Amino acid sequence: MYETKYHKASSVADAVSLIGESDDGKLLSGGQTLLPTMKARLAAPSDLVDISGIANMHGIKVSGSTVTIGAATTHAEVARNADLQAACGSVACLAAGIGDAAVRHLGTIGGSVANNDPAADYPAALLALGATITTNTREIAAGDFFVGLFETALSDDEVIVSVSFDAPSKAAYAKFPNPASRYAMVGVFAAQTANGARVAVTGAGSDGVYRQSDMEAALDSDWAASALAGVQVGSEGLLSDMHADAVYRANLVKVMAGRAVAGCA
Amino acid sequence: MTEGIGARVLRKEDKRFLMGKGRYTDDIVEPNQAYAAFVRSPHAHAEVKGIDASAAEAMDGVVAVLNGEQLTGDGIGNIICGWGVTQKDGSGMNMGAWSALATSKVRYVGDAVAVVIADSIEQARNAAEAVEVDYKILPAVAQSMKALTNDAPEIHDNAPGNVVFDWEIGDLAPTDAALAGAAYITEMDITNNRLAPNPMEPRSAVATYNDAEEHYTLYTTSQNPHVARLVLSAFYQVAPEHKLRVIAPDVGGGFGSKIYIYPEEITCLWASMKTNRSVKWTSDRTEAFLTDAHGRDHVSTAKIGFDKDHKIVGLKVNTKANIGAYMSLFSSAVPTYLYATLLSGQYNIANIYCDVQAVYTNTVPVDAYRGAGRPEACFLVERIMETAAREMGVSPVELRRKNFVTSFPHQTPVIMAYDSGDFATNQDQALKAADYDGFEARRTEAASRGKLRGIGFSNYIEACGIAPSAAVGSLGAGVGLWESAEVRVNPVGTIEVLTGSHSHGQGHETTFTQIVAERFGLPTENIQIVHGDTDKVQFGMGTYGSRSGAVGMSAIFKALDKVEAKVKKIAAHVLEASEDDIVIEGGEVKVAGTDKLMGWHEVGLAAYTGHNLPEGMEPGLKETSFYDPTNFTFPAGCYICEVEVDPETGVTDIVQFVASDDFGTIINPMIVEGQVHGGIAQGIGQAMLENVVYDDDAQQLSASYMDYAMPRADDLPNYSVHHASTECPGNPLGMKGCGEAGAIGSPPAVINAITDAIGNNDLSMPATSAKVWAAIQAASAKQAAE
Ligand SMILES: Cc1cc2nc3c(=O)[nH]c(=O)nc-3n(C[C@H](O)[C@H](O)[C@H](O)COP(=O)(O)OP(=O)(O)OC[C@H]3O[C@@H](n4cnc5c(N)ncnc54)[C@H](O)[C@@H]3O)c2cc1C
Repeated sequence: MYETKYHKASSVADAVSLIGESDDGKLLSGGQTLLPTMKARLAAPSDLVDISGIANMHGIKVSGSTVTIGAATTHAEVARNADLQAACGSVACLAAGIGDAAVRHLGTIGGSVANNDPAADYPAALLALGATITTNTREIAAGDFFVGLFETALSDDEVIVSVSFDAPSKAAYAKFPNPASRYAMVGVFAAQTANGARVAVTGAGSDGVYRQSDMEAALDSDWAASALAGVQVGSEGLLSDMHADAVYRANLVKVMAGRAVAGCA
Repeated sequence: MTEGIGARVLRKEDKRFLMGKGRYTDDIVEPNQAYAAFVRSPHAHAEVKGIDASAAEAMDGVVAVLNGEQLTGDGIGNIICGWGVTQKDGSGMNMGAWSALATSKVRYVGDAVAVVIADSIEQARNAAEAVEVDYKILPAVAQSMKALTNDAPEIHDNAPGNVVFDWEIGDLAPTDAALAGAAYITEMDITNNRLAPNPMEPRSAVATYNDAEEHYTLYTTSQNPHVARLVLSAFYQVAPEHKLRVIAPDVGGGFGSKIYIYPEEITCLWASMKTNRSVKWTSDRTEAFLTDAHGRDHVSTAKIGFDKDHKIVGLKVNTKANIGAYMSLFSSAVPTYLYATLLSGQYNIANIYCDVQAVYTNTVPVDAYRGAGRPEACFLVERIMETAAREMGVSPVELRRKNFVTSFPHQTPVIMAYDSGDFATNQDQALKAADYDGFEARRTEAASRGKLRGIGFSNYIEACGIAPSAAVGSLGAGVGLWESAEVRVNPVGTIEVLTGSHSHGQGHETTFTQIVAERFGLPTENIQIVHGDTDKVQFGMGTYGSRSGAVGMSAIFKALDKVEAKVKKIAAHVLEASEDDIVIEGGEVKVAGTDKLMGWHEVGLAAYTGHNLPEGMEPGLKETSFYDPTNFTFPAGCYICEVEVDPETGVTDIVQFVASDDFGTIINPMIVEGQVHGGIAQGIGQAMLENVVYDDDAQQLSASYMDYAMPRADDLPNYSVHHASTECPGNPLGMKGCGEAGAIGSPPAVINAITDAIGNNDLSMPATSAKVWAAIQAASAKQAAE
């Protein structure tokens, strides 16, 4: 790891000013993506501004059907939160399937969303649920937030403070893990929302997370796994790598979508 | 005797490991220690036009930046291959030079061109990045088949066409004739995927030069510290043997990858002399993928013929073995004498011919990895046997049984003479444990759940206990492969056993004490095993090839014979009895049939006080043995794998895995079962998960755990492990060896099971869900077309 300066931010405003003052600083949340990258000497931020201790960035609030999750909330907290389990068990369940226990107890939803790894799990949920990403300056709709591979609508030094969404009437996430990394080779989040059926796919798209609109249309007319039988998932635009080619990923999108719908609670 | 042979004694070494008190090479801290960071080529093939270290040298904490010109200038020799293979035409190998630090050319990604020595590891790494190397990039090639094509880049000047050697075994004409007359022929292309060894502890070295004594000490992650010292002295000219101490302390796994003496250890020793500092280097995981010798990587074609009664008449094999960019220590032996000599499998085959082309590529050197040649042979034989059974429409179980070798000794046409075994009993036991008779019902039941169920077999045989020194010498080995032991009985009767074997996970500190405990009826807590230090143990060949039981323990056994004889002489003298009447049991030395006895410790004391010894006897009680085996040993067994495949995704679940092994005498069944479990885990890893992948520029795509899939606990089944042993006639304990069997026997069982389930035999390792799904698609497309 290259030398870096560590700062502990006490508030969002503090974090924003610390990062603004730094040469080439980076926010540090759970560090489960950033620190391995630094250890591999692939990133060399001049400063690290640790936001994990900022009190109002933690915790999960369910009021009515609206769920708000602080950006610094760990995957483990999301997985075991009773209110969330009651309101939207699919998201708790998704969090329980991220990485391993150590990763879940440090890694955070804000870090995951900001990183927008094309194989990360949360982006599928947030896109399907039409979530809102709240930063220190604005609110961004999930549909506008996830721009491409590791790319988001965030500007430099913008801090995600929380993520919120309306609990769907039904939803489930079906993940097919990569055999090595156990990130999603394909993950499909299916939800029945106030705005209709939503199917978001992670791990497969060569531009990152996306919505499978033909499946959404099929599910809007008949919310059943069998309704997906007629949907043809093509391999164009899907990732191909040493683990799986686009054709296999296309198959998995269909199979996992079916399983997500069938598994919906 | 609760701690003797056959007892499940808990591992003595585990206490310190579980308490975090193991002492590994990276735990060693020498006063004023500096750190090494290597400057490695990012290119797979390039000329080195120049190295500019001026910026690096000026950086904080940098002690020195050293390069290959300086290394060779100081007379440090090129890295050797310890086994010379003779080509078909009688000529030697076309071996290219390998310098610990490359000078004019780099030949794989990770090839080191310089080393930075600095006060801290971070300073060393920062400076290593600041070393400017001027590369002229050359075309590169990673696959053996591509390296053999006409337009492939040539990697070493003295290996035209990238062929290191073209070697053969067996008789071509009779094999061709037998195949020509066969009633049935099965032909197959068989690939054995490239693996990275991945021991939990990465390689590490701490080298210290003492200028006052002109003496070197090297702590290193080695499976064979004496071999390391010998090679470092005799070939790399680092220091004469008596001025070099090599210590391999606790070592966290090796799987073969820690047999060899790598550029880093050589460089650290030399750099320690150059800088007059202790120099430490510890590999990180990426460096391990880039530099630890890889395993396997064979591409073969095979043809087997049967007569009308389904008896094998001949087997003909061609193998292209990817050697990597340089010849590692045993790289020539692995795809030849450790591979093709096992192509007879468990079967009577009158005619076998195999030729092997070893090929240079721009990849990490390939050498022995758990099984070393035998997994490649077993995979080939057991895949083609299963395939032949399917093609002939006969039971794979019956086909094997019909062809089993049943009388011993059995001379195969490929050098090996099997000394013992009972293949049918192992098969019977495995079939029973697997409830083979109930398989069809299970398949039907699985189908009702939408799952494809399949069963696969592997009747492996392998050769362990390497090896009779004269025999391997005649085949080209540069060393003898005996083992040594020294048994020291202290004046108080406690015992230290010094062994040339090295334990890096095998549990020697437990099993070795058990044979001493058995012999003298002493508690194992009174016995200490000493290994891994060239200043303590006189010499040893180390641990690999499942040799520590059959060879290492045999040496201890022979030394115990000598101790026992002396103890009896002393006791007979003191107790005024005949030597023949002395018996040793329960820690007492007695005159049979009388109440006359001495405590074990009293004999020890008598030996060391020397007050009352037989006329002419030297005082002391310490005996040494150098044991040279008379033959290889031949562990064998039957593995059965049962899988369920999800046809929608190709996900394969191993629902049952049965092993029935013949390891000869078993000293500690718990440790043996652990070895089998670990071996099968690695075999399943090879069969379903692990794969080293290079791109077209010979860059390794799988050089981290993000992409290299190690088997995890939830990838693996519960194992059903059984034994049906025949005693090995070749060594005093009757042992055959168990360290590699699991990794050797399991891959074909897995692939045979999956191909049985999906009805498509065309499936290569690793059989990932993606490949299995594609094979299912191909099978149904074919069916639709028919
Ligand atoms: C072994 C392992 C396995 C994993 N498996 C999975 C998996 O299966 N599925 C999965 O989805 N993920 C997986 N991850 C990734 C994990 O979920 C990470 O925790 C997550 O991607 C990043 O969150 P973090 O809190 O650790 O962020 P950090 O690593 O601290 O930061 C990541 C990036 O986000 C930025 N950032 C962090 N917080 C904010 C914020 N509030 N506002 C703006 N920018 C911010 C940082 O500056 C940095 O650029 C795995 C990680 C590891 C190490």
